[in-house]
Amino acid sequence: MSENFGFSDVESSEGRSLTYLEAITECIAQEMERDQDVLVLGEDVGGSFGGAFKVTKGLAERFGDDRVLNTPIAELGFTGMANGMALMGLRPIVEMQFADFISTAFDSIVQFASTAHYRWGGKVPWVIRAPSDGGIRSGPFHSQNPEAWFVHTPGLKVVAPSTPADAKGLLASAIRDDNPVVFFEAKPLYRSIRGHVPEGEHLVPIGKAATVREGDDVTVITYGSMVHIAAQAADTVPDVGVHVVDLRTLKPLDTEAVLEAARVTGKVIVLHAANRNTGVGAEISALIAEEAFEYLDGPIVRIGGADTPVPFSPPLEDAYRPSVAGVADAIKTLASY
Amino acid sequence: MTLTRTFDDAMVAMWKQGRGLGGAFSERGHEAISVAAGMALGPDDVVAPMHRDLGTYLVRGMTPDRIFGNLLGRVTGPSRGRDANLHGLGDLDLGIVGFISHIPQALPTTLGVAMSFKLRREPRVALTTVGDGGFTSGGTHETLNMASLYRAPFVLIVEDNKYAYSTPLEQQMRSARFAEKAAAYDIPSTKVDGNDFDAMYQAVSVGVDRARDGGGPTVIEADTMRMLGHAIHDGAEYVPTEMLETWKRRDPVAALRRRLVEEGTATSEQLDAIDRTAHDKIQQAIATAEAAPLPDPGTLHDWVYA
Repeated sequence: MSENFGFSDVESSEGRSLTYLEAITECIAQEMERDQDVLVLGEDVGGSFGGAFKVTKGLAERFGDDRVLNTPIAELGFTGMANGMALMGLRPIVEMQFADFISTAFDSIVQFASTAHYRWGGKVPWVIRAPSDGGIRSGPFHSQNPEAWFVHTPGLKVVAPSTPADAKGLLASAIRDDNPVVFFEAKPLYRSIRGHVPEGEHLVPIGKAATVREGDDVTVITYGSMVHIAAQAADTVPDVGVHVVDLRTLKPLDTEAVLEAARVTGKVIVLHAANRNTGVGAEISALIAEEAFEYLDGPIVRIGGADTPVPFSPPLEDAYRPSVAGVADAIKTLASY
Repeated sequence: MTLTRTFDDAMVAMWKQGRGLGGAFSERGHEAISVAAGMALGPDDVVAPMHRDLGTYLVRGMTPDRIFGNLLGRVTGPSRGRDANLHGLGDLDLGIVGFISHIPQALPTTLGVAMSFKLRREPRVALTTVGDGGFTSGGTHETLNMASLYRAPFVLIVEDNKYAYSTPLEQQMRSARFAEKAAAYDIPSTKVDGNDFDAMYQAVSVGVDRARDGGGPTVIEADTMRMLGHAIHDGAEYVPTEMLETWKRRDPVAALRRRLVEEGTATSEQLDAIDRTAHDKIQQAIATAEAAPLPDPGTLHDWVYA
């Protein structure tokens, strides 16, 4: 994965291939075409501007300003507004300009949207698109991975794709889901990876993990940008058979896939870019310890960000963030356990 | 209004007798506001009442036995035992969005309902309420700004009932001129005696008509008083006695009754008969709710997801 700060396209290397970002844009356009109830709202998403990352560029011209609605800086308010729209059967796609700002909308998500159906049957079928993740020198407030807050919240679904095809297919499923879905886009991947993406309707089911690499010695369970870090780390240790599972959905978790991945090698690394402390990896480790203990041939290893704010300066951020070399070392150590 | 007051009195009595479950919120003093709000709306409009808007639920057709069912944690309540007291009393078939404690969540939610009407070009209106307490929170101002910006068919009633739990108005804000604050957002607004049913009904009707005709949002400042504590456990000793005495003379239910008799619209005997009917209805509703089953713990996980 090249570090290109998410702002310049990489060269196309295949025929029908899209960047991660283009796959998201294509999905939104196709879903808006398919269903009049789908609309986009958020800061700077409208007009010819098309959002901070240009994900919604071209949509306002095509679908009109009503369905690509620019909002003031008011995350609590416009996410709450999406709650009301969704109760009435619309399917808003809310863009958080950066996942870091999602805390400003917290009540609208973790108190209202997540509980409405349980409490009185109110369906809230929105998607929040949250450009998350760091490694691109953006400092404490444009680099966060806040997925654990939402995985901890009953009633939400949480999705984190790692490839262009999954970004398209999971977003389409999220839009069609009758529940609130927080969709974490890995912004370092926006323009740095390309891949084949089916041209027409493409649905990837929520709640299903994928095995992206098979091996017999060490399992790495991960998601988002770290899937690529895991694959690169595996390439540097050719003597070790590395089995990599991409969770794709964090809630509801594909528990059977997690347990099966642990059973395959008996040696498990759980890897994510979010800080390790009480992160998603803690839950996965506990699940494996509780339900696949007898298959384990070594301690479960968790690799994640440091328990600090995400620092800005390169030496600090590199020390904060899981690296290819660090993951490779962990794979070697665990393999020889 | 009589049914609302009768419900409220019976609920307060039950909870004081220990026949209740958890907390309960009296809306005593707010009946003119909540009933007028419900009556001024059309059948296809949507409302998100607060926990002190019992009358709105009743006017919209939520039956007293369902509401008592909710209060008592029974499966017959709209929340099926999931949510407490007047929270979670949502029923979109009746055009009601369920309340949550996180004030002012109802405001942006209701704005979203209103925006769905606007985007679909439906002649429908969304209404909600906030207290003086909720008016100080940021989401209220985010909502007013966007309601004005988008000219949404949105009506907000500010129930200025003088207390946010125990904190009096003068400790919440320097200016309590809510209508003027709405005007600063370029939203038509008016200040009304919230204990005068006719004035409230007129004001809400003007706002609802304006919204339905494409004229955008309205804010109505309703001057009223919370006559009991924040919730049933709260004796509200912090409220000056003379303040309560003053507002007691402005009781909205008594005022309406007095006017109906003075105008000759109804006789005391007719109104007494209505009182008796309301009493019987509420007692029947309580009996029905108390006899209704509690939820099966085996259903704990049901309805987390749609």
